[in-house]
Amino acid sequence: MTENTPAKPVDAAKIREILARNDTARLRMWLKACTSCGLCSESCFFYLTNEKKPEFMPQYKVRQTLGEILRHKGEVSREFMEEAKEIAWGRCTMCRRCSQYCPFGIDIAVMIHIARQCLRSQDVCPERLMNIDQSYLDTGNQMNMSDEDFIETCEWMAEEGQETIKGLEIPIDREDCELMFIVNAREPKYYPQDIQMAAQVFAVAGETWTMPGHGWEATNLSMFSGNLAVAAKVAQNVYDAATRLKAKKICVTECGHAYRAAKYEGPYWTKQPGGLPPVPVTHAVAVYHDYVKSGRIKLKHRFEEPITYQDPCNLSRSGDLAGKGLELLRMIATDVRPMSPNAEYGHCCCGGGGFIPMGPDYKKRRMVAGKFKADQIRATGAKYVLVPCHNCTDQIGDLNKEYDLGIKIVSFKEVLCELMEIPPHLIVDGEAE
Amino acid sequence: MYAFVNGPFLWIAFCVFIAGSLWQIAALLIRSRRTDRVFYDHADAGAAAASVFVWLVPFASRGWREHPGTTAITFVFHVCLIALPLFALGHTVTLDYSFGLGWPNLPDSLVDALTLVFLAAAAALLVRRMVLPQVRIVTGPADYLLWAVTVLPFLSSYLAANELLLPPDTMLLIHVLAGGVMLICLPFTRLAHAFLFFFTRSFIGSEFARRGTKTW
Ligand code: SF4
Ligand code: SF4
Repeated sequence: MTENTPAKPVDAAKIREILARNDTARLRMWLKACTSCGLCSESCFFYLTNEKKPEFMPQYKVRQTLGEILRHKGEVSREFMEEAKEIAWGRCTMCRRCSQYCPFGIDIAVMIHIARQCLRSQDVCPERLMNIDQSYLDTGNQMNMSDEDFIETCEWMAEEGQETIKGLEIPIDREDCELMFIVNAREPKYYPQDIQMAAQVFAVAGETWTMPGHGWEATNLSMFSGNLAVAAKVAQNVYDAATRLKAKKICVTECGHAYRAAKYEGPYWTKQPGGLPPVPVTHAVAVYHDYVKSGRIKLKHRFEEPITYQDPCNLSRSGDLAGKGLELLRMIATDVRPMSPNAEYGHCCCGGGGFIPMGPDYKKRRMVAGKFKADQIRATGAKYVLVPCHNCTDQIGDLNKEYDLGIKIVSFKEVLCELMEIPPHLIVDGEAE
Repeated sequence: MYAFVNGPFLWIAFCVFIAGSLWQIAALLIRSRRTDRVFYDHADAGAAAASVFVWLVPFASRGWREHPGTTAITFVFHVCLIALPLFALGHTVTLDYSFGLGWPNLPDSLVDALTLVFLAAAAALLVRRMVLPQVRIVTGPADYLLWAVTVLPFLSSYLAANELLLPPDTMLLIHVLAGGVMLICLPFTRLAHAFLFFFTRSFIGSEFARRGTKTW
């Protein structure tokens, strides 16, 4: 009891509480119906990239985690939990591709998610994800950024952007706007240009938009840590901001899981009536798609280099944007080379499910399992990859280095800023021809 | 013994099978009203039906197409498994005799041949289970036991019809017993996938449809 902090005893009652909360009819059916046919194996990129070792097949991963927890009614050891952690976070990104290939449609990812919740309740979870939970509690965002710093960054970006777009604004807390735009905290923290580019697109489209001074964080990594109390808080922050500002829609930045959390899962964590967000949720991809299709944004010319499209699992499979993403790319680029398979059947790049923020400890696995995506990208022959998601962006960037892909990664806002025609009233004085 | 097996035992087996299945389904549906709000909030009948139907047709879903061999064997296995008991002469005659219910039957020679096909498919599935590491790793004693429970009624009927191994009467007794055991097991074991299939597929079809995507 002196030098070393002894391992905390396992609170089995708490685990049982989580199991009880998740004791749904669908889970009962999934547990009972699985015929151990193994047909889910080849759908999982972890299995495919790890020499098809059987330990990586989806159903086995569930049995070794949730299955054991259920069998022991929560009375599990710390040793077991440490092993289960390496499976639940280290061998599954909750990408849900396997549920499209199981003859019974068993949702493996949801079961892994329940296992994560059980483990997280005992503080067994990749360290960095737990720190992020804390950061959400302390500041409302994953990067421990204060709202003041955020607002200052936006002001700075607006001012700097006025060199490109006349009178560029990044309105904070404006009421009654069409869109309330929310971002990934790494944008204000590390890539403030991203916010500026989005602002330019909105300006050119003539959008009425705003960002909330609090509740601007779109990411919800607590969904992946399994701490749903925090996940609910993060979602509620966003809903509250949108309600307070009387925004017509919430628009999520080019980030995958943020969209899934706000639109599909958040309403359940926060107990919204009808399972719908209090203010409709849309995504930058859908909004930009609409701008280009309707002609609100006109292009000087189209993008001509060969380019492929990365389908983020949480946009293209657990979200409804597979079609719009590719269609938007086809509207703005001439040489689009889709990966195979793609769209809702696309493989995870291994950046999702919390993998990127899990940090260096998990990088090696991420590179091994990401090889499937690297090969897919190479096979397209594209020089550019359009990636509408921050986690995919980091992962594909790492894959680019690891496997020498020689590609460039771009986002929609980046390409649009290059290509869009700036209407005369927004051209900076002295720059007009 | 004969009288018991062909009489009360069969009655019990059928009752357990039907009541057990209904009870399981009712319990799940009642529970779901409380715990599966996500389904009722966004229930999409079209997607649910498609998600069931496409997986009932060989090679119609991506999953079936990407595993052509297993798909072919699985469908042969299940078609025989359902068709043989329904249309075997021995069964239709009994039904007709006992209840006056009658429907066409398959000729004996065809039943015999299809039983062999069924046994071959079952053997192939068993070999697959033992040989493929990704299947073996999720296979336990229960899976082998249930395989045997499913195969025995068919094996015994074939042996009885062809007067092999044991006197046909004894073999028939085994056949009826084995069939009864299978029916009794169905609602309470993994064999329940026979009816759970429709519910799990409906759920996932609807759940993915609310996200604008498909599971087939
Ligand atoms: S959810 Fe994705 S990563 Fe997890 S087991 Fe299924 S296919 Fe593999
Ligand atoms: S495909 Fe479905 S039924 Fe078959 S082993 Fe995987 S989870 Fe179980």
